[in-house]
Amino acid sequence: MKLAVKYFGMIAEAIGKQEEQLEITGNSVLEVDVFLKNKYAKLEFLNYKFAVNQVLVDGIKRLKENDEIALLPPFAGG
Amino acid sequence: MTQKLTDKEKYRYSRHLLLDKVGEVGQEKLKTAKVLVIGAGGLGCPVLQYLTAVGVGTIGIIDFDVVDETNLQRQILFTINDIGKNKAIVAKERLEQLNPFVKFEVYPEKLTPKNALAIFKHYDIVVDGTDNFSTRYLVNDACVIAGKPLVYGAIYKFEGQVSVFNFKGGPTYRCLFPEPPKAGSVPNCSDVGVIGVLPGLIGTQQANEVLKIILEIGAPLSGKLLIVDALQSSSISIKINRSEEQVEKVLASATNFENNDYELFCGVKKTHHDNEISAEELKELIKVQNIQIIDVREEWEQPKVDELNMINIPLQTISMNLDKIDKLQIKVIVCQHGVRSLRAIDYLQQNGFENLINLTGGIVTWK
Repeated sequence: MKLAVKYFGMIAEAIGKQEEQLEITGNSVLEVDVFLKNKYAKLEFLNYKFAVNQVLVDGIKRLKENDEIALLPPFAGG
Repeated sequence: MTQKLTDKEKYRYSRHLLLDKVGEVGQEKLKTAKVLVIGAGGLGCPVLQYLTAVGVGTIGIIDFDVVDETNLQRQILFTINDIGKNKAIVAKERLEQLNPFVKFEVYPEKLTPKNALAIFKHYDIVVDGTDNFSTRYLVNDACVIAGKPLVYGAIYKFEGQVSVFNFKGGPTYRCLFPEPPKAGSVPNCSDVGVIGVLPGLIGTQQANEVLKIILEIGAPLSGKLLIVDALQSSSISIKINRSEEQVEKVLASATNFENNDYELFCGVKKTHHDNEISAEELKELIKVQNIQIIDVREEWEQPKVDELNMINIPLQTISMNLDKIDKLQIKVIVCQHGVRSLRAIDYLQQNGFENLINLTGGIVTWK
């Protein structure tokens, strides 16, 4: 399944880009997470939440073709 | 009771009185409002300046910190003459010159579970301009318990987040991030830097949210997280739903709130080290107990210790090798100096593994 993935903050830095198109097997957010962690080992040690089509979701959220996924890290600074 | 405006105030705020959506009624709402700003730093400075300029009647400022020269690149209330002085006190002095019609309450102290609820109860709205997770979770929880809307802002290098939490049954910070990140895993501005105008952008957005809530105009950012990218001049808004489970958990902690330890919760301080073992203790342990010893170094790293029956799973490959790790047995995690092994333990704990022990100081301490 083809997905558009966006990265923010430390996640974008760890991955080295702000967005990309990915071809992913599986159809849940959890599976995307495993896929991304295998592709980018640094993700294992970072905190983030997923949004799908600009809505915050949990891991069991089902995905469909061309969904837009965003990885949102918490920010500490003030 | 709404407070009426004097003639001098009517003149000062005349550009507000001209606006249909503010007018004299709106300006009286601002005069009556009480807003607490937590942290007079990068975010707090622009928030305070605008809330003061527009005539919010009572403003509380809490900050235990003193002005440092490195703050002046972005904390625009302060001057070189303020270095070493308490931020909350300096901010009040400066802001009184900006608007003598505003009343200031200054708390030159650290916000803690012991003082939070007693301070919050005097205010209608709380603004979060803190720079660490333990205070952010404390502020969120105290707002939930005290029933105060929370105007949230946070920044990282060139990006910022803004939202309004706990507003009319909307989501809270914990509905977005239920658990704090591991201590030290998310740096703040003093660790990794921040572009000087970013807190200005985000703090001004926060001030705007405060005004909308007080004036009851527009659409406050409740149920939405706004993420701003200063480099691209772009923003994205993410919808967040309220998690009753998260809110209930916080409310359940209300009776014993003063004794909550947010630094412990956020891992800033550790409980105790019963999950650590020295090389000597490990030598004894393997004589008496069947344990699994996992070496998370790269395959080529030396020394290899023949007396220890270790399996090698380099840290970066651990997610693909979870099936090799025993669920029940005690597991001692080993690396060169005992640092990577801690990260492996964190990861394994997140994935449901228990009985994990770190070899303190790593394999180099083995004799």
